[in-house]
Amino acid sequence: MENRIDWISVTLYIVILLFGWMNIYAACYDEAHSAVFDIATLHGKQIIWIAFSAVIALGITLVEPKIFSSIAYIIYLVVLGLLVLTLIIGSATKGGLSWIDFGFFKFQASEFAKFATALALAKYMSSQDIDYSQLSAKAKAWAIILIPAALILLQHDTGSALVFASFLLPLYREGMSPKILVTGLIAVILFVLALLINKYIIVGVLVLIALFYLFVWLNKRSRKHYVWVSAILIACTLFTFSVDFVFDNILEPHQRDRIYVLLGKSNDTHGSGYNVYQSKIAIGSGGFTGKGFLHGTLTKADFVPEQETDFIFCTVGEEWGFVGSCIVLGLYLVLLLRIIKLAERQRSVFSRFYGYSVASILFLHLFINIGMVLGLLPVIGIPLPFFSYGGSSLIAFTILLFIFLRQDTEHTKPL
Amino acid sequence: MSNQYQERSTVIRILILTVVAIFVVRLAILQIFDKEYRELADQQALRTVTQYPARGLIYDRNGQLLVYNEAVYDLMVIPKMVKIDTDYFCRIIGITRDEFDSRMKKACRYSTYSPSIFMKQISKEEYGSWQSHLYKFHGFYVQQRTLRVYDKPIAAHVLGYVGEVGDEEIKNDHYYRQGDYIGKSGLEKSYESILRGIKGKRIMHVDVHNREIGPYLNGSLDTMAVEGGNLYTTIDATLQEYAEEIMANKRGCVVAIEPSTGEVLALASAPGYDPNLLVGRVRGQNYLRLARDTSQPLFNRALQARYPPGSIFKVAQAMTALNLGVINPSSGFPCDKSLVGCHNHPSARTVQEAIKMSCNPYFYYTYRRIIQQGKYKNIYKDSPYGLTVWHDYMNRFGFGIRLGIDLPNVNSGRIPDTAFYNRRYGEGKWAFSTIYSNSIGQGEVEVVPLQMANLACIVANRGYYITPHLVRFYGPDSVRNEEYYRRNETGINPAYFEIAVAGMYDVVHGAGGTAHRANIPDIDVCGKTGTAQNAGDDHSVFIAFAPRNNPKIAVAVYVENARGGGGYWAAPIASLIIEKYIRGKVTRKDVEKMYHDAAPCQKLPLPKTVKKKKKK
Repeated sequence: MENRIDWISVTLYIVILLFGWMNIYAACYDEAHSAVFDIATLHGKQIIWIAFSAVIALGITLVEPKIFSSIAYIIYLVVLGLLVLTLIIGSATKGGLSWIDFGFFKFQASEFAKFATALALAKYMSSQDIDYSQLSAKAKAWAIILIPAALILLQHDTGSALVFASFLLPLYREGMSPKILVTGLIAVILFVLALLINKYIIVGVLVLIALFYLFVWLNKRSRKHYVWVSAILIACTLFTFSVDFVFDNILEPHQRDRIYVLLGKSNDTHGSGYNVYQSKIAIGSGGFTGKGFLHGTLTKADFVPEQETDFIFCTVGEEWGFVGSCIVLGLYLVLLLRIIKLAERQRSVFSRFYGYSVASILFLHLFINIGMVLGLLPVIGIPLPFFSYGGSSLIAFTILLFIFLRQDTEHTKPL
Repeated sequence: MSNQYQERSTVIRILILTVVAIFVVRLAILQIFDKEYRELADQQALRTVTQYPARGLIYDRNGQLLVYNEAVYDLMVIPKMVKIDTDYFCRIIGITRDEFDSRMKKACRYSTYSPSIFMKQISKEEYGSWQSHLYKFHGFYVQQRTLRVYDKPIAAHVLGYVGEVGDEEIKNDHYYRQGDYIGKSGLEKSYESILRGIKGKRIMHVDVHNREIGPYLNGSLDTMAVEGGNLYTTIDATLQEYAEEIMANKRGCVVAIEPSTGEVLALASAPGYDPNLLVGRVRGQNYLRLARDTSQPLFNRALQARYPPGSIFKVAQAMTALNLGVINPSSGFPCDKSLVGCHNHPSARTVQEAIKMSCNPYFYYTYRRIIQQGKYKNIYKDSPYGLTVWHDYMNRFGFGIRLGIDLPNVNSGRIPDTAFYNRRYGEGKWAFSTIYSNSIGQGEVEVVPLQMANLACIVANRGYYITPHLVRFYGPDSVRNEEYYRRNETGINPAYFEIAVAGMYDVVHGAGGTAHRANIPDIDVCGKTGTAQNAGDDHSVFIAFAPRNNPKIAVAVYVENARGGGGYWAAPIASLIIEKYIRGKVTRKDVEKMYHDAAPCQKLPLPKTVKKKKKK
């Protein structure tokens, strides 16, 4: 027997999509082009993408759900091919090489790589015959994630590559050791601290913590403890001292600037810090209830660059204020929790893993995008799902979500 | 794979909730608690353009325009926005690179974000020469202002001048902003709130390139500038111009008032200055020059100079004594020159004769009767009593008080009271004999010329005056100041004033009168001369009104250090003013020419007309 599609998720999707479109309309609004449907404007084009997405979403609900798991690898390989193709014939935009220009449509393969990887990884993780405790199995799983990520990194699209870190969450849900997550967290903290304060102080504090752990915390000490603690300490020390090298030689100049701005080491409100400065002013000036739809003074005056795409949340902040911003965050929160709830009721590992992947990818986008707009994270250009202007991302996110919702219609079916 | 890690679902949910909670807190900080962003946003995206209203116009009593406005332009700069080819800019605007740098520095010191004046008061012609290039100069724009223009260079002291507001004025009145103009003296100052109008503002929405997108909130916060109200003054421009011409090479002043209304017809202080000098970019320089001039052209003698009044003061003494009953109209006193010096004339047998001949000993006796009324045996007690009574009477004549004229900085002059003499000589150590010089308008008495003209009004009105004023009504609704329509009574019997009128008529027309030079054929002029002794040459004083019945004009003329009494200098000048006003022209061309050309301290031949009269 087949269940109906989850209307709660679909409703949330539609509400976010329409509110997003309103804000795109506000962001590129000017009196001369106030017609709602005007193909010359971004909001006009976005209507086409919304229509296109609706057709695709409908198409997915009509397809047999099983087909996605069976063609997962094929989709994955096709997208990998497109990523390679992008590197060969792609057009450069804003320092990145991430588009294939079809004239009318600029195809961004990296957006499609997200759901393709999710499908492939879900498929792999649900295979009956693998033993995930085996190193080779782990390596294969990581390869599925890292190959597209690396190809995207070659396109200089750091933000999109970073999204692939979201697969850590479904992996964790399926049993990956939490130590990997903790290690990642410690690395980020050490990286930031190393840039902000004297490295010898950091190492000194680390040594103190280690000593405290060994001689105060532990009642019984074995040789194993000494070895492990020493190893971790040495690793952390090496990492701390390598930060400068990574920062100076591996990161690109604009990335260094953005991190400096975030850490308050640079007050350049006109150069690298301009975006975030303007973004904060736009949001901050919205106040509690906002300036009203189409009344955002900075929005209308183009002060915030990229306001239809990555910085679309500024429009919400300025015109709809604290209330509107919280409503948007609330919509995303409910959607994410709903997807996790649906994922948990799946009977197949494929569906569950894919569901978690969907939630994680959307969550990481939300985290990085809003974090950036609010000045909590460095500027990393990735869109706000269903909200930012952009054909590729909207269509790709729609596919991502609706494949899962289609899977969910069969959650009561016996395996 | 089995489903053995279900509890990890909760960890993931908590992670998501935590991140969203952090975002909500961050939003609250940005949008609710930190108010700075709202200001920053407005600073960036809104530009407030002040609409300066045109200052009110000033008319004379016949509707002739005295002061109007001319458009000038201020070149404004927002330093942060400036994006120009500096050398090109300098060449077009016509300034040197150094000048540019210093002006820019000054603007930056004021604010880098807010606009300030880069170059002020650019004439229409100059602006026109580079107006078409302005769009290339990012960060600069032009603001229209107005400057005062005076068609005739007259009445500078009455009109006053306008200047940029000082820090103190900005602090006291929040209406003003740096660079605004404010009336600094004269009518411009006393009617500032009427003349200035109300500034308007236009809030423009500007985009990231500082281009105007349109009015903010469709202009709902904008306000229209309200033009300043006009002043309709009491000044007669023709008479004013005439008075200034005749005083041009003298030092002193002329005040002419219409007695029945208190309307000031002319108020001239010499030396004066051309009001056009204190307008525009040359103002500062000219102001310094005028302020340093030892002849004090900026000093309005008519309101601010404290002079000994001389013999004109006797009229008030006679009225006071009559009203107190210490003398009667037919009281006679011998001209005893041992008491106080006098010129040669027969002893006066009546008050009328005393005024005509201006007998000093007569008023010595009169003043003694006022001061020592015999209330107390002890003259050191009696004199303070009498002085207090006298002081009150003098105040009723407008002496020793600040007349409520609608000009700033009017002086009260000085009528000494008991406290004054107690301070000077000690209590109980002075009596009439110490202070008798007051009787003839010398001694400690000081009067400003406006009060002298007012005395002429009181006699003309037979006992009252209306506070002299310069504005009849103002503003679009023609508001009148009711205070200027109230009679200030002296409380003295009008019958006594008829004696003063008769005496003053005799001064000009009677045998032995002191001011035959003030005689105008077919006009009954009543006057009183004064010769005020001072450290230098005598000042020449004359008050008069005419005609005798239903007087149309009262005049006071004061010529400093004229060497030659009131009848010699001030009286003929007053008569020219009177004739000019009543007839509209002066028939006595010889008198006009003589006093027009003459400088003080010059011996003058007696005019023919006066000679004839004297022979009669």
